[in-house]
Amino acid sequence: MKKMITLLLIAGMAATAFKPAAEGYKVGDTATDFKLKNVDGKTVSLASYTAAKGYIVVFTCNHCPYAQAYEKRIMELDKMYASKGYPVVAISPNDPVALPEDSYVNMQKRAAERKYTFPYLLDETQDVSHAYGVKATPHVFVLQKTTSGNVVQYIGAIDDDTENANPKHTNYVQNAVNALLAGNKPTVTSTKAIGCSIKWKKGA
Amino acid sequence: MKRLIFLFFLFIGLYASAQVKLLDMGHLQKRVSNADTVYIVNFWATWCAPCVAELPNYEKFQAAHKNQPVKVLLVSMDFQSKLNTAVMPFVKKHQYKTETYLAQRKSDEEWINTVDKDWSGALPGTLIINSKKGIRKFYEKEFTYDELNKLYQANK
Repeated sequence: MKKMITLLLIAGMAATAFKPAAEGYKVGDTATDFKLKNVDGKTVSLASYTAAKGYIVVFTCNHCPYAQAYEKRIMELDKMYASKGYPVVAISPNDPVALPEDSYVNMQKRAAERKYTFPYLLDETQDVSHAYGVKATPHVFVLQKTTSGNVVQYIGAIDDDTENANPKHTNYVQNAVNALLAGNKPTVTSTKAIGCSIKWKKGA
Repeated sequence: MKRLIFLFFLFIGLYASAQVKLLDMGHLQKRVSNADTVYIVNFWATWCAPCVAELPNYEKFQAAHKNQPVKVLLVSMDFQSKLNTAVMPFVKKHQYKTETYLAQRKSDEEWINTVDKDWSGALPGTLIINSKKGIRKFYEKEFTYDELNKLYQANK
């Protein structure tokens, strides 16, 4: 039995040691800016927000039920923090060929119906989604604008309660932005939640 | 006689109804602890299109290997409140016979990290366990029937 445990441990270490570095940002990295088409036809980049102190970049989409479950909370985040300098910038990472529900036209419809107060951008080439290392929707990156670029300060879920069933749930993104607004670093910098896998372009 | 008929229908009813139970992490770990069995655990949800699309592969795989020491478990990551309103009706509708559970968890994150540290939380995901050989691998991807077969052959 002891031998088996040792073997397991060795196997585990080997698996960790030889794993290639995952793509995407980690907390502390500087995030790239982008130029993506918004649902109003205009191009949006982070630099176009001259007054921003940072950004709540949310990778989300039309089709995913978990993204839908969070939609209101995403809208609330923009209402709470845009005026304080942390606007929501939503990006749809999915390939519309694989998921027609996530097409540009359907994004326009949803943004209009729900009266989004923030841009809802289509990542047509999926380059931005690859660069950020998005794994699922919804997936949030809180960026802090600094003189040396937009620094990733939080990656993960909006809160720890997708179903919104527990009134005492932890609001990860709110806590992170509140900390940054108060001049502190967020205490929780990375979380996970169940979500919809990204539909990458075939053969890309 | 009436009572007998009632019991008969009750039995048929119970037998025909899809049995999906809540399962917490402790019980899942216990369920996959037999060293003589290879376990293939698929994490899915009724609302996840790629998951729903690949479930027949797992069903077919289990049926084709019913006399072999391999057990497929389907663990739904649907909301716990959806047990009776979504998960059970889904399994019943598709007449799936593979052992199915609904993950009973305090938080998604704890569950995700216990299954595998490198799992982002995106669905579907599949875990293969062969305790005898010290194998425990997680895949954040979809599986075709052939890929499932290969996965089993490579790890049995």
